[in-house]
Amino acid sequence: MPQPTRIVMPTSAKKGEVFQVKTIIQHEMESGFRRDNRGLAIPRHIITSFVVMYAGGEIFRADMFPGVAANPYFGFTTTAVETGEVVFTWTDDRGDVTTERRTITVA
Amino acid sequence: MDGNDSRQRRDAAMIDGAQVSRRSIVCGGLAFALVPALARPAQATPAEMADAIRELTGGTAVKPGRVKLVLPELAENGNIVSLAVTVDSPMTDADRVKSVHIFSEMNPVTTLVRFHVSPRAGKNPTLLTNIRLADSQRVTAIAAMGDGSFWSGETSVVVTIAACIDGG
Repeated sequence: MPQPTRIVMPTSAKKGEVFQVKTIIQHEMESGFRRDNRGLAIPRHIITSFVVMYAGGEIFRADMFPGVAANPYFGFTTTAVETGEVVFTWTDDRGDVTTERRTITVA
Repeated sequence: MDGNDSRQRRDAAMIDGAQVSRRSIVCGGLAFALVPALARPAQATPAEMADAIRELTGGTAVKPGRVKLVLPELAENGNIVSLAVTVDSPMTDADRVKSVHIFSEMNPVTTLVRFHVSPRAGKNPTLLTNIRLADSQRVTAIAAMGDGSFWSGETSVVVTIAACIDGG
């Protein structure tokens, strides 16, 4: 089931300009180390992979472990190459995939 | 008379209550005695962190420098600690960052997060995220460069409220 996300990045940039992208996705990131009130282990449920593609290549990837806080947040930079789509994909350990797209206009 | 009756009833109830709670104390005590032995998640140790780093580098020496890891000195809540890591690199074909690895010496899982950096990230790339910290500890960032070298930066954080890992 796709999760709500928020992505902050410019809608346009000059060719060659380095811009910042910030993303957040709603996810409990249940570590698997907690117990419920009956003392039973709460099963692990985390996003394990976050990949960002743009202009024919991978511009950022993060491998996540239980040490990433709930609602995983990432900030990174990339260079404006061409007008096109930036595709964000989060995959969790139950196979749930969330995909978001943003267009950037490069002048 | 009425007052006496209700007092007796109350006394009886108290005795009943006491018996129940005595039983539950015994059970509770047993549960407490068992839980830590069975359930406590293994905490990593500085030695395990060193092992994880060795696994990454394959024995190549890690040089201190070029990596600036910024965490708050005092984290009030270990469940969400903001992390910024910057690697000094011109990001040219000859000299670029390939990946950045964040290690904890006290969390149950030593590797916190791994960033794969693209050649298009621009010079001196900065990466941001939020991590969990199970205890006050030293956090280490290791950058793997395109030329096969490894550089590290570290910082210590005091955590007031540790991230939830039960049994601990």
